[in-house]
Amino acid sequence: MEYLLLGISAILINNIILTRFLGICPLLGVSRKNSSAIGMGLAVIFVVTMSAILSYSLFMYVLNPLGIGYLRLVSFILIIASFVQFVEMFLKRYVPGLYKSLGIYLPLITTNCVVLAVSLDVVGITGGVADYNFLSMLIYSFFTAVGYAFILVVFSYIQERLITDRNTPKSFKGSGVALITLGLLVMAFMGFKGMI
Amino acid sequence: MKKHKIFTDGIFANNAAFMLFLGMCPMLATTKDFMSALGMGIAVLATLILTNTAISAIRKWVPNEIRIPILIVIIATIVSVIEMFMQAYMFDLSQTLGVYLSLIVVNCIILGRAEAFAMKNNVFDSFLDALGTGVGFLAGLAVLAIAREFIATGGLAFSSLLTGQKLWSFQIIPTAYTIPIFSDAPGAFIMFGLLVGLVNFIIMKAADHKKKKAALVAAGGQ
Repeated sequence: MEYLLLGISAILINNIILTRFLGICPLLGVSRKNSSAIGMGLAVIFVVTMSAILSYSLFMYVLNPLGIGYLRLVSFILIIASFVQFVEMFLKRYVPGLYKSLGIYLPLITTNCVVLAVSLDVVGITGGVADYNFLSMLIYSFFTAVGYAFILVVFSYIQERLITDRNTPKSFKGSGVALITLGLLVMAFMGFKGMI
Repeated sequence: MKKHKIFTDGIFANNAAFMLFLGMCPMLATTKDFMSALGMGIAVLATLILTNTAISAIRKWVPNEIRIPILIVIIATIVSVIEMFMQAYMFDLSQTLGVYLSLIVVNCIILGRAEAFAMKNNVFDSFLDALGTGVGFLAGLAVLAIAREFIATGGLAFSSLLTGQKLWSFQIIPTAYTIPIFSDAPGAFIMFGLLVGLVNFIIMKAADHKKKKAALVAAGGQ
């Protein structure tokens, strides 16, 4: 039950885009087209979960016991960058179909703040006790990424209509109206607050 | 390129916040009130100056094929240093900024300037470019934060960046008429959207004006 609540809260209540503003650049850029939003969403889910596992293991079993926790930023960004590179090469060689649909979004993910933010979240330590155990870390990172992908896809449907809409004032075309629409979306999602 | 043009380009023509839309996550997250926006802006400015000058200084020894990992490691190291510095000397501010301080690493502005400018220009030019871009970003943050705080609380409050002590505040709009949602997430998006629209509007008007003027000059010349 605890894990179920953790998942639901990561998707709906504490959605990483809507409450913490992370990963907005790809949201405005990529989700102009529905198909690319889905591709990006899947790539993010995969990379976020895997890099959370890798950075959690590295921090809990290597950096923290050795007392060099302050190196986490440098090591996590290296892990993420090399993991993304590795996945790209692997997919290119063995799963060309998937590579074609995800390929162009993979390099973009390295600079997506969601990946690094989730990795930093899961290694939080309060009062000498780790905030997440391995299982809850897995659930948290997976569902946070699912929540991200969910908003990417939902917003891509809205963006497709915004682009063709003729009533938008000229100066608000593009990012202006997209940001205001996002604001309204956030307001709708605030209704989930207090559900748990 | 002239020195002062390098500096002013970063503030106006290539303003990271309103023209290029880079670094939007901290832009929205840390502009709840003016003081945290100022702290974030200064942190980004300091990071930019340090990374740009450092990368420009070593640019001749960096092999082109593996430049991105090298740049990222340099940036991550400098951000770690700044983060630890702020935890030591500006504890309250570092608590308010939280994870966004670490996330400066993946801020597109930093890597963007390193890749586009510092790798190709000398140390002093890179320093100027970093200063201009950083000040431009700081100004963008400040404008958004002032607009949000003013509407959400009816005034502005200033406190010391080092200790977090309240220094001075004023209020113009009575609390009954403020719109508190502007200090929450929806208000951030809406206010940023409105400001982007406003900036575009001004640019379009200016372009129109220029065109008319040019047409007048052309007509007068005939």
